[in-house]
Amino acid sequence: MRVVVAMSGGVDSSVAAYLMKKAGHDVIGMTMKIWPGEAKAAEGQRSCCGTDAVQDARRVAQILDIPYYVMDMVDTFEQKVIGNFVSEYMAGRTPHPCITCNTDMKFGQLLVKAREVKADKVATGHYARLVLDEATGRYQVFRAGSMEKDQSYALWGLTQDQLSRALFPLGELDKPRVREIAHELGLPVADKPDSQEICFVSTGNYRDFIAGKAPQPGPGAFVDAAGNTLGEHPGYTHFTIGQRRGLGIAMGDPRYVIQIRPTTNQVVLGTEAELARHTFEVRGVNWLAIGAPAEPVDCLVKIRYNGPPRAGRVVAAGEGRVCVMANEPFRAVTPGQSAVFYAEDGMVLGGGFIK
Amino acid sequence: MKSIYLDHNATTPLARELEKPMAQAARELFGNPSSAHRLGREARRLIDESRERVASLLGCGAPDVVFTSGGSEANSLAILGSAKAHGKPGHIITCATEHPAVLAAVDDLVKQGNRATRLPVDRAGRVSPDAFERALEEDTYFASIMLANNETGTIQPIAEMARIAHRRGVVFHTDAVQAMAKIPVRVGELEVDLLSMAGHKFYAPKGVGALYAKRGVPLQRVLAGGHQERDLRPGTENVAGIVGLGHACELAGQLLDAEMARQGGLRDELWELLKKAEPEVVRNSPAEGCLPNTLHVSFPGVDAEGLTIALDLEGVYVSAGAACASGAREPSHVLAAMGVPRELALSSLRLSLGRATTSAHVKAAARAIASCVAHCKKVARGE
Repeated sequence: MRVVVAMSGGVDSSVAAYLMKKAGHDVIGMTMKIWPGEAKAAEGQRSCCGTDAVQDARRVAQILDIPYYVMDMVDTFEQKVIGNFVSEYMAGRTPHPCITCNTDMKFGQLLVKAREVKADKVATGHYARLVLDEATGRYQVFRAGSMEKDQSYALWGLTQDQLSRALFPLGELDKPRVREIAHELGLPVADKPDSQEICFVSTGNYRDFIAGKAPQPGPGAFVDAAGNTLGEHPGYTHFTIGQRRGLGIAMGDPRYVIQIRPTTNQVVLGTEAELARHTFEVRGVNWLAIGAPAEPVDCLVKIRYNGPPRAGRVVAAGEGRVCVMANEPFRAVTPGQSAVFYAEDGMVLGGGFIK
Repeated sequence: MKSIYLDHNATTPLARELEKPMAQAARELFGNPSSAHRLGREARRLIDESRERVASLLGCGAPDVVFTSGGSEANSLAILGSAKAHGKPGHIITCATEHPAVLAAVDDLVKQGNRATRLPVDRAGRVSPDAFERALEEDTYFASIMLANNETGTIQPIAEMARIAHRRGVVFHTDAVQAMAKIPVRVGELEVDLLSMAGHKFYAPKGVGALYAKRGVPLQRVLAGGHQERDLRPGTENVAGIVGLGHACELAGQLLDAEMARQGGLRDELWELLKKAEPEVVRNSPAEGCLPNTLHVSFPGVDAEGLTIALDLEGVYVSAGAACASGAREPSHVLAAMGVPRELALSSLRLSLGRATTSAHVKAAARAIASCVAHCKKVARGE
């Protein structure tokens, strides 16, 4: 089968390409060019999918002896991912751009490109497992074998159609093994550090980035839940729920951001206890392995990429919306982030955007 | 898998006839042409013989030929070297569809205080001599207009413009990189002062080119070093490359008439086949006044990026606009200058034939293009 591998120039997608070739597929490497013009990351910065990344991916493709192309997807990325990123921050939410990138870019426009060149599927270096349930004919995503690197969280938005054209060759592997394979192959990216920052914010400073895209709010007020003014802040887009650092406020006990109010440019601070929520709403819900359930579902819920899954009950609350409830409260529930629902065995039931 | 190469305007393979003379130059007659001993003199002779071959094709004197590392360097020398010789900022004229090498050199001159007029072109990509004349200013001292365009193949009315330029004392340069060996290129007929060529566009190696620089035309070197090439281009000469270039010129002279007719016929056949398979196809190359080997077309509703890759994977090698390693895909400035809408520009293929292209290639390529176009349309419809 002809397979396009989305190559970022990192060790994960490089080894994914190798594994696809080893499996006997007709492999084509592609890097999504998402940066405008000839923009290069600043010296010393690691930037996914910049021109240095292209160099790395191209070299890996040469070593693996597969055709390699750089695909111009600047416009779509700007519209879909960057546009969404900025508007979410302006709306007082904290976006996770990888979600949109997966649905609209990697398994969106890149999938279209793949089909244009007669490839059947797109493979990525995601640590996640994809299974076709023979009985139901549905594609199921499971968390990866490696709990530490599991990236199934970022895939909640994929439709059955998209999943039917996806491959995740790294699902059963862990990072050390992936690096080991890269070393065995003599890939120059074997020891390349993982990118930590948002891939299109090469300086790591998202505030400067969005300031360059939309007019920013000026200084506003820190308040408490009762409405008392506690101090001043430079603008609500600087903050996310649960944030403790950088508040510039000295109180007796620690204070955290518990709410962001864009219309009044107020940032609400509270105690640790005030960060706890027993219930929250999720919109834009996508059910993966199962159809939208009629009955409430008891499952494990992750409310951020780096957080542990916690027990919760998911209840339908209208078209594409659910309510998540739990006895043990969730901490720092952040609008804009994703809530992803897992079964006990690690299967991704579905997910959505926290409201 | 058989392969069909239809990207000769990007580059060409080394002509078989060049292999032995070049190997001999590199292995046996390897001396530094500046050395006084026999090995140096023999290398010097190779260069001088090559210079005569180039001059013969252009119809000029051998001393008028300066060897460079290629077309871009020849263009830089012509443009930056003319400005240096002029010694003070002034006005220069060029055209909107020039190769990036020329446009970049012009941009450099603007940064140094010159003013530049970039003449517009019509729908066929042609500059009007009247517009050229109207653009001349009091302090215009230099003009650069390409003889034939690398993307569409459009041929410019160089002689007419050169004559107008000379009536006003303006030095006239033409980038003939794409025209060499495809159409007659005679400096007497063109009446130009400076002319650039690149070896790898006509079956000589990459990394060698030449600038016709008529003696007496003000020109200064832009690179620093020794005194080679009339003090215009320092550095130990690329003897093997120059030998290749000389032989390529000789070959070009011998094959020109026959190849013009043959390739022109095949190009027309290719156009007819494409039009039959895809009636909506748009032709951007003009029917008249165009390089005989070049066919630039657009397929409405089809993204050229996916199309060229699909063709690549089937062994048909074409170009969607100019080659660029980083994947940047701004619509071609040439098409933009011609008024081709952005969407259509991004749906374009440049097909450029060569000496090895046969009728069988043309038929097979047309089939492959039609099939990939149909497939891309299907995907675009979501099927």
